[in-house]
Amino acid sequence: MLNYAIKRIALALLIIIVVMLAMYAMVFLLPGDPATLALGPRATPALKQELQIRMGLDQPVYVQIWNFFRNAVTGDLGYDVWSKRPVAEMILEVFPKTLFLGVVAIGGALVFGVALGCLAVVWRNTWIDRLLAILSVSMISIPSFVIAIYLLLIFAVWLGWLPAIGAGEAGDPWSQLRAVILPAFAIGITWVGYIARLVRAAMLEVMSANHIRTARAFGLPEHKVITRYALRLAIIPTISILAVGFGSILSSAVFVETVFSRPGIGTLITAAVQKRNFPVVMGTVLFMTAFYLLVVTSADLLMARLDPRVRDVFRG
Amino acid sequence: MSEALVSVEDLSISYASEAGDVQALRHANLEARKGEVIGIVGESGCGKSTLASAFINLVAPNAKVTSGAIRFQGKDILKLLESQKRQIRGRHIAMIFQDPMMAFNPVLPLGEQLIDFQEHRHDVPRSEKRARATAMLERVGIPDPAYNLGRFVHELSGGMRQRVAIAAALLMTPEILVADEPTTALDVTMEAQIIHLLRELRSDHDGAIIVITHHLGLIGELCDRVYVMYAGEVVEEGRTEDIYHNPRHPYTKALIDCDPAHLDEPVAFLPTIPGRLPDLVALPSGCSFADRCPIVQERCRTTSPRMIETGPQHRARCHEALR
Repeated sequence: MLNYAIKRIALALLIIIVVMLAMYAMVFLLPGDPATLALGPRATPALKQELQIRMGLDQPVYVQIWNFFRNAVTGDLGYDVWSKRPVAEMILEVFPKTLFLGVVAIGGALVFGVALGCLAVVWRNTWIDRLLAILSVSMISIPSFVIAIYLLLIFAVWLGWLPAIGAGEAGDPWSQLRAVILPAFAIGITWVGYIARLVRAAMLEVMSANHIRTARAFGLPEHKVITRYALRLAIIPTISILAVGFGSILSSAVFVETVFSRPGIGTLITAAVQKRNFPVVMGTVLFMTAFYLLVVTSADLLMARLDPRVRDVFRG
Repeated sequence: MSEALVSVEDLSISYASEAGDVQALRHANLEARKGEVIGIVGESGCGKSTLASAFINLVAPNAKVTSGAIRFQGKDILKLLESQKRQIRGRHIAMIFQDPMMAFNPVLPLGEQLIDFQEHRHDVPRSEKRARATAMLERVGIPDPAYNLGRFVHELSGGMRQRVAIAAALLMTPEILVADEPTTALDVTMEAQIIHLLRELRSDHDGAIIVITHHLGLIGELCDRVYVMYAGEVVEEGRTEDIYHNPRHPYTKALIDCDPAHLDEPVAFLPTIPGRLPDLVALPSGCSFADRCPIVQERCRTTSPRMIETGPQHRARCHEALR
């Protein structure tokens, strides 16, 4: 288990380094120099030079990369070109809102997805199963931005039940919860479909196993057979998908936060890209990559914990 | 002779398949009485697994009962509601499964499963269920039962797993215990130990035990009476000693001749029964064993034989049974 954990963590670190290099390459491969892009066509050479120095662009590339790495390790992600605020501080300020959005979205997707998947198994090969299949595939295939705009129209504009924009009042959990429902729904619904299909397939495989027959042969009620004996096994592949889903939901946050005018990592990164605010872009991407890898790696380790057979493979 | 505890009457089960209905079980009649151990023996595909699944009322989804009944406590258990079937499973008719590696849940500790199996004892607290499970593991010869309750099935050896499977069935204190190939997954030493254990348990158990196997030796060690099955039919039934020493059906004779335990001297090749099982989708019109039978007659190919009384409690499905 320890060996496995070390391997997983080393791989995660390697991925972070590659992402950082790719980010840096992007800054230099884009046409024009970042300072010119940021300041616009009417900037004076003196202004440009000042900004170049502020952004550290006057130094050789390898020095810049080294500085970025070295600072990132100590938690210093550089400074916003315009406001001069530390990027790390800006990220930490909005990240909880994005995290809340992501957790609600994936948590909701998990609850509904597992429920629909189980229903499809209980009513397998009936019209209910087929209806759920159509529903799940529709959820997977309709783009989230379409859903987001319809949700806004129906629930915020026409019915007026839920707020259209913002992340709710600070310190008011109820208004924050109301504000998160629509954006979470918009990005989570795809994953309801995915998880439902996955749980159905995994459950059907498990349900045909001999030990399920044993549980039934000992007179266990069907609900107990499904929740305690089958789901426990079927959920294991779902967890690894869930981690991937969480990553994709965080990237969907970029547009959904824009559509719903929600402060968060997505709006931060969009604004930074528009203003060519490279330190913010790079800091944010690095942060999200690290966070995503943390989630995926923990999911792998959690899977190893949940399945005693896997656990033993790593122990031995 | 006491009354039958469970009786299978004219039971036929077929499976839907692409090629047509596979008639896995045809007009089977058998019964088990209180305190009796019966054996059901036959080669693969003879219908014994189908019969086993019918006893616990868990036939495959594509299986259809086309005739007959299984009578237990005055009722046909095959026609009960699903909730009533569940009342009987485990509590009244419990099964010792073959291959216990696959028969237990791999991600739940065995103790949890043994406690869950006692689900029907609503008034018994969990701690007592655990205590019963511990005592039963002790009874079947598992060392350090409290510790082994916390282990997973893959952590146990084959013999231990089989003991746990037996313990699980005994925990239910069922009237009828069905053992489906209880020693097939084991090596010879373990097999002997498990047979020994089952023989011991025989004396504790006052219900009926049904042993389903392809292994004649196991039958000889354990059973009072034997049903020999071939191609979905019961072809011979009788007391174990009669079946062994005076088999009346040519299939039973062939089966006994093929048992390596019956060989007196070393041979280069183990004896086999030539030919194959008939196609269960399109059965021949006469006797289903005719194609492989060494004493086949003209009428065997046209008329199906009936069960013929050949002695006290001894019957065989063969035109030539009395010859």
